[in-house]
Amino acid sequence: MDFDDTPEEAAFRAEVKAFLAAKAPKYAEPWEGEETTRDDVYLKRARGWQAEKAAAGYAGITWPKEFGGRGGKPMEQVVFGQEEGKYDLPTQPFLIGLGMCMQTLMAHGTPDLIKEHVGPALRGEKIWCQLFSEPIAGSDLAGIKTRSERKGDEWIVNGQKVWNSGAHYADWGILVTRSDPSVPKHKGLTFFIVDMKSPGLEPRPIKQISGGAHFNEVYFTDVRIPDRQRLGAPGEGWKVALTTLMNERLAVTSFRDVSVDVPHLLRLARSIDLETGPAIENAAVREKIADFYVRSQGLKFTNYRTLTALSRGETPGPQSSIGKVVSAPKTQQIATLGMDLADMAGGLLDGDLAPLRAAFSQTFLSAPGTRIAGGTDEILRNIIAERVLGLPGDIRVDKDVPYKELPTGR
Amino acid sequence: MNLDFSDDQKMLRDQARRFLDEKSPLKAARKILESDAPYDRALYKEIAELGWLGAAIPESYGGLGLGYLELCVIAEELGRAIAPVPVSSSIYLCAEAILRAGSEAQKQAYLPKLASGEIVGTLALAEKAGVPRPDRLETRLEGGKLTGRKIAVPDAGGADIAVVAARAGSGVSLALVDLKGPGVARESERSVDSTLKVGGLGFSGAKAEALGPSGEGWTLLQTVLTRAAVLYGFEQLGGADAALAMARAYALERYAFGRQIASFQAIKHKLADMYCLIELARSNAYYAAWALSSDAAELPLAAAALRVSASEAFDFASKENIQTHGGMGFTWEADPHLLLRRQVQLRHVIGSPRAWKERLVAELERRNAA
Ligand SMILES: Cc1cc2nc3c(=O)[nH]c(=O)nc-3n(C[C@H](O)[C@H](O)[C@H](O)COP(=O)(O)OP(=O)(O)OC[C@H]3O[C@@H](n4cnc5c(N)ncnc54)[C@H](O)[C@@H]3O)c2cc1C
Repeated sequence: MDFDDTPEEAAFRAEVKAFLAAKAPKYAEPWEGEETTRDDVYLKRARGWQAEKAAAGYAGITWPKEFGGRGGKPMEQVVFGQEEGKYDLPTQPFLIGLGMCMQTLMAHGTPDLIKEHVGPALRGEKIWCQLFSEPIAGSDLAGIKTRSERKGDEWIVNGQKVWNSGAHYADWGILVTRSDPSVPKHKGLTFFIVDMKSPGLEPRPIKQISGGAHFNEVYFTDVRIPDRQRLGAPGEGWKVALTTLMNERLAVTSFRDVSVDVPHLLRLARSIDLETGPAIENAAVREKIADFYVRSQGLKFTNYRTLTALSRGETPGPQSSIGKVVSAPKTQQIATLGMDLADMAGGLLDGDLAPLRAAFSQTFLSAPGTRIAGGTDEILRNIIAERVLGLPGDIRVDKDVPYKELPTGR
Repeated sequence: MNLDFSDDQKMLRDQARRFLDEKSPLKAARKILESDAPYDRALYKEIAELGWLGAAIPESYGGLGLGYLELCVIAEELGRAIAPVPVSSSIYLCAEAILRAGSEAQKQAYLPKLASGEIVGTLALAEKAGVPRPDRLETRLEGGKLTGRKIAVPDAGGADIAVVAARAGSGVSLALVDLKGPGVARESERSVDSTLKVGGLGFSGAKAEALGPSGEGWTLLQTVLTRAAVLYGFEQLGGADAALAMARAYALERYAFGRQIASFQAIKHKLADMYCLIELARSNAYYAAWALSSDAAELPLAAAALRVSASEAFDFASKENIQTHGGMGFTWEADPHLLLRRQVQLRHVIGSPRAWKERLVAELERRNAA
């Protein structure tokens, strides 16, 4: 056991460090005033950074060279991520596009489509979003109803998507639709990529608990999609969507969210007073800090175990499936403890009054979303139970029933 | 990046698992549970012959000199099997104390015998309920004689020698005592896990030799406990894994309402939660194993984190395993209680997780101040 880089990894890390030292600081400057809330300012900087990375060959590190990637190893991606993470860089707008949409496109798209879209996405010219969830179905994604109908070389799409992160500024989206309601639900889906500027396509931002509006409802009214933008055969959209979902579990983070962990809690506990002195001297507080610490460390070293497999060129074990289902509730609980310690000031969101510039209360408001986005806690437990532990699937009442005959509660 | 055991170490683990599977130690544990025997002597002898006891003891003292990573993988399997043998008391505690604190002569005298299983050792610290404190110990070492009384000593009944924490002058010293000599009284104690029996030791002027410099006993003790915490952590990890496996097997086999109970989400999610806690503990365990085997400065923190993480995993898994079994789980006849009992013994033997949480945060603070 050791935590050292292999010689190749060390050489790559040195190269990455030099690149970051030269280029990253400009993009990692602190945000000031209006910049902190304006999407356009944020996106400009984010696109700039993505373009720098692409120009230097650090975008799409593991992607095939023929698609514009570097053709590198998973460990190189990891090393780059570790070093990049040391700077506060605006990378989130590309997570969905590069982490999920392009993966899906590369797996199921025609060579022409791949050629057309991968480059611009890698260079930060085009931002992508995911148009999956609907008012009628989220966890049960195969239950969506947005309708697609073929007309010659085009498909006409009508319906509504919802909770789509970044759809209001995205250039392109990946879209699951229902092309045939007369067959059971998994069999009647068709998958597309869609230009967000298409006539009849209208994103409307939705205000979230946290006050921001990073996700949207997206309306489709007679939106025309050329057949060449279809991924997979008609009726086989579920298979394509599964590729996205598999990648989603690895890519999930919310847009520009603050998040608190043990170091924040320690800083707070050292600085805040309780009945008999600093919180850090309070036994109940110490116990909780220890509980959170072992979870955070456990996740960190679970990640190391996965990296060990990648570094050896092996397929990682299923242990990484515990990531979000452990970390999201933990973050929520840490936020609550931090607010409890602030006592009567616990609910304040005012950065000048609440500790650590209100990091705990802000996290408190974003944490519920993390437990839902990209698979809810409950769905992730189902996945561990069924795919890792091999327990039976839930008893289904919707399997062999034509979609249009399924009860919807509406 | 390499946070995994080597192929050789994994092979050792597989061998250990197969060996313990064959010897049917769940039955072995039950036999000890239902008898007055201190431990399974036949099994201990075989384990000694396999060289497991001496895995981390240098060859010059009669061990195999493999290393602590090897001992970790063995510990996980002993925990999985709830093996009713005093490996932990004799090796993680007693041999470790002698290795860390003993003179050359003491090492030569005792380690080969501990490694061969010829004698069994233990460590005695607690004197009453509550957290032991150096200034409150009442057992005294004076002029080579030990007086006082220790309770909840692991394997007290089966041990031949004990390392005893005692006050000497104004400080604490470690004393090495022959439990078969005069002035030693063994008292049997009832405890939750009688597959690993604990007991009392009374000393009335028993002959004892000092282990390590006088007055440094408390510091040495902390080192030993920290190192042992890693090995105990692996036993707890193995036990927790066994509880999940048992719960899973039963959930797949038992039907209710016309279906496998494993198809109910309440059961599936319970098992998924067990899995999460166990994987967290496993990851903490691997890191602590690295720290132990490389004598890293991170060891105190890593060992405490593992102790907390593995205690939580085994506690949850052993209780919810019983819950998954329904009424059958509450019977003496079914196996789940064996895991519940072992869980309790391992949770308390070197201090409860509450105490280790305190150590953990104290260590974080010490590092912050430095
Ligand atoms: C911050 C945020 C960003 C998001 N971004 C996107 C995006 O970019 N694109 C996109 O398409 N979607 C996005 N989503 C939507 C997200 O994927 C869904 O909200 C999520 O999958 C849950 O679906 P739902 O909201 O319909 O809830 P439901 O599926 O209706 O779930 C409601 C409750 O029922 C439980 N439940 C449902 N099914 C089961 C089951 N089988 N077993 C046990 N419990 C069950 C759930 O766990 C949950 O507690 C985002 C959501 C959030 C919060």
